[in-house]
Amino acid sequence: MAVNVAVLRSQVETALAGRIPAPFARRSVQAETAPFNISEIDALTGGLPQGALTEISGPFSSGRATLLLSALASRTAHEHVCALVDGRDSFDPHSAEAAGVKLERLLWVRCRNIDQCLRATDLLLQGGGFGLIALDLSILPPKTVRYVPLNVWFRFRLAVENTPTILLLLDRESNAGSCASLVLRLGFEPFRWSAPQTQHASASPSCARLLDGSQFHVELVRSRMKAAAGGHKFQSFARAPEANAAANFRTKTNWSDFSETFIESK
Amino acid sequence: MAFASIYVSDFSIQAVVRAEPTLRQRAIALIEGCPPLERVVAINEAAARAGLDLGMTKAQAAQFPSIEIRQRSPLEEQSTHAALLDLGWSVSPRVEDTAADSIVVDLTGLASLFGSEEAIANLLAQRALDLGLVVQVAVSSNLEVALHAARGFAGITVIPPGEESRRLGVLPIQVFSPPVEMMETLERWGIRTCEALAKLPLLELSERLGQQGVQLHQWARGTSVRSMILAEPKLCFEEGMALEYAVEELEPLAFLLGRLLDQLCARLSARSLSACALHLRFKLDNSSADEALPAKIPNQHPDGKPIEKKVYEKLFTLPVPMRDSKMLLRLLCLHLQSDPPRAPIVRIFLGAESAAPRVRQEGLFLPSSPDPEKLELTIARLANVVGNSNVGSPRLIDSHRPDAFEMSRFIASHNAPEVRQKSLSATEGHEPVAAFRVFRPAPRAKVTLREGRPVHISFPGMHGEVVAACGPWRTSGEWWREDAWHREEWDVEIHRPAASNTDLFEHSPSAEPQNGVYRIYFDAIRQAWFVAGMYD
Repeated sequence: MAVNVAVLRSQVETALAGRIPAPFARRSVQAETAPFNISEIDALTGGLPQGALTEISGPFSSGRATLLLSALASRTAHEHVCALVDGRDSFDPHSAEAAGVKLERLLWVRCRNIDQCLRATDLLLQGGGFGLIALDLSILPPKTVRYVPLNVWFRFRLAVENTPTILLLLDRESNAGSCASLVLRLGFEPFRWSAPQTQHASASPSCARLLDGSQFHVELVRSRMKAAAGGHKFQSFARAPEANAAANFRTKTNWSDFSETFIESK
Repeated sequence: MAFASIYVSDFSIQAVVRAEPTLRQRAIALIEGCPPLERVVAINEAAARAGLDLGMTKAQAAQFPSIEIRQRSPLEEQSTHAALLDLGWSVSPRVEDTAADSIVVDLTGLASLFGSEEAIANLLAQRALDLGLVVQVAVSSNLEVALHAARGFAGITVIPPGEESRRLGVLPIQVFSPPVEMMETLERWGIRTCEALAKLPLLELSERLGQQGVQLHQWARGTSVRSMILAEPKLCFEEGMALEYAVEELEPLAFLLGRLLDQLCARLSARSLSACALHLRFKLDNSSADEALPAKIPNQHPDGKPIEKKVYEKLFTLPVPMRDSKMLLRLLCLHLQSDPPRAPIVRIFLGAESAAPRVRQEGLFLPSSPDPEKLELTIARLANVVGNSNVGSPRLIDSHRPDAFEMSRFIASHNAPEVRQKSLSATEGHEPVAAFRVFRPAPRAKVTLREGRPVHISFPGMHGEVVAACGPWRTSGEWWREDAWHREEWDVEIHRPAASNTDLFEHSPSAEPQNGVYRIYFDAIRQAWFVAGMYD
């Protein structure tokens, strides 16, 4: 059987020689990426692939919105027009501005249910021209998102293929399956709470403490990208090496810089 | 110096045909008057050949086979005349508004732009076709000669200087539209052509026919000279249509709006302008509006004034100047789908505010952005899905009120690349700022306090022990308003031991214990706890 296949393959290659070189060789497709602007994530993933679907899943308070705002800030800073399909109208413009998102470059679509989200995403993909389209289903019940047929994600992926648009999906569980070129899973880590240095942390009154930030754990579940030295090029369908499959990154709050200065001055 | 006169023959008929291009090859009769005494007031050549005559009643005209009978439409005639003026201004800034069916254009200085006089005449005829009109164009160095030649000769006529009398000679005297009595007198004398009129002795003619006879004599010889009376260029682009039957559905309405938009965009294109806003006005069917009212409600106000006729009016401002009629039609249809008129439509008015066309040059190093016209269409479609107020760009309001922002219209403008603004966020290796998700509307919570500090909290989809908390952070403001706020905020970390199934945060059966960091607040005005959102 294997001999027949080999003979058949060589016959086809001979017949197509001169017209199609190496018809059975897998071509390496080069795709550009855009940075998350978080060094640990960029080192782990190589950045957000353009013309592909990226899925970020995780429980509450695991850093999904932080990654979303970082990606939006990165794209809008480079003069791209971005769109956010907000599944439950939970986007905070103040938080976004603090993260560096240029709000005038962001088209915010405030939805109330999954049907509106999918129709809105479809319309945005058909319109085209966006640097990033984010579909935030994080607050919707996982059962609702699970019922979305796989061909929807497949259609979305086809719609962005060969375009410079990044399609970013955020949800609580991974639903896009193999349609996503990059899949990240976030995990909750304890948040940091600051306390005045002169007092023991546990004895400090609640009014003297501040939420200082957090650390989030990111696991690279699947990537069709391999960060090559000196650039981010799409090279093969191989999984990333186990040693680079996870990373942690820290966040801070808006007031962290001011609180440090205040505590130090005390 | 040369003048071009543009004449629209069968003006009333052409005004109707402009709105219904399919009628162009048909025999058409226009009627006017109050039913049942409507009479034929205009017919085209095909109708005349079929035997129709002016003054016939509608019933008589209807007996002729394959005759299209339409109501004369002053509205469409007005639009057609405006289109004719636009045609003149598309070529020259000096245009005379001579009559409803004719204009005169000064061709001085246009040779370097458009070429010879014949080329200009051809251009005018072609542009008139684009506007839906079949015109007769005549060019002469004498204004009056051009005027009368356009009325008398079909197609394009160019009269070289010195040949005015000879060329006008073959025309009938009717082109000068003399008074009826003078026509009869000239008929009795056997004078039927301009050549014959020009040969009459001037002194004797003036004795018998007066100054009007002298005028006619000068016109016939092509020696009458007068100055142009310039018309002021107007930037008013409006098209209207009176409907014979009220339109109730969107599909036929879209068909009619498409025609009007085609005419409007052609006029804008002739003047090298685009539309930056569209005025849409429908006159609604009064009778059906009255039928909808209960019988006891009178048709008048108590003080005797009649209730005003219903009008549906909308103003659509466009993000960029456009003149693509198909794109504009799609935008109008999307808006009408979301906000349809309440009664059948009997008249349509469509106006455009003009602006200079959009000139855009892509930067070599700027990323591509959505096409503004397609983007406007996409936003209109999104508005149909989620509502007008739920699509746009967020704009922060300068206020201390929590979650203060407004939705503004999204316009994708490309500015020159700026230096990236410094912000508190992580850029290039710095820590990112922890994002916050807002719960809209904020769900109520039950909070257990111990020594003034929250220790247990439950709200739809979450309950658990508070393992860390900071606060209270008091904020209040705008006490003079009804929606003043006064709250005490806490940031709390909650440990949830088990899942619970609710509408807001439905969990899978295998959910593990989770933590979450939330912002809760005590609303001192409503005396209740709420959850503002969570850090994610």
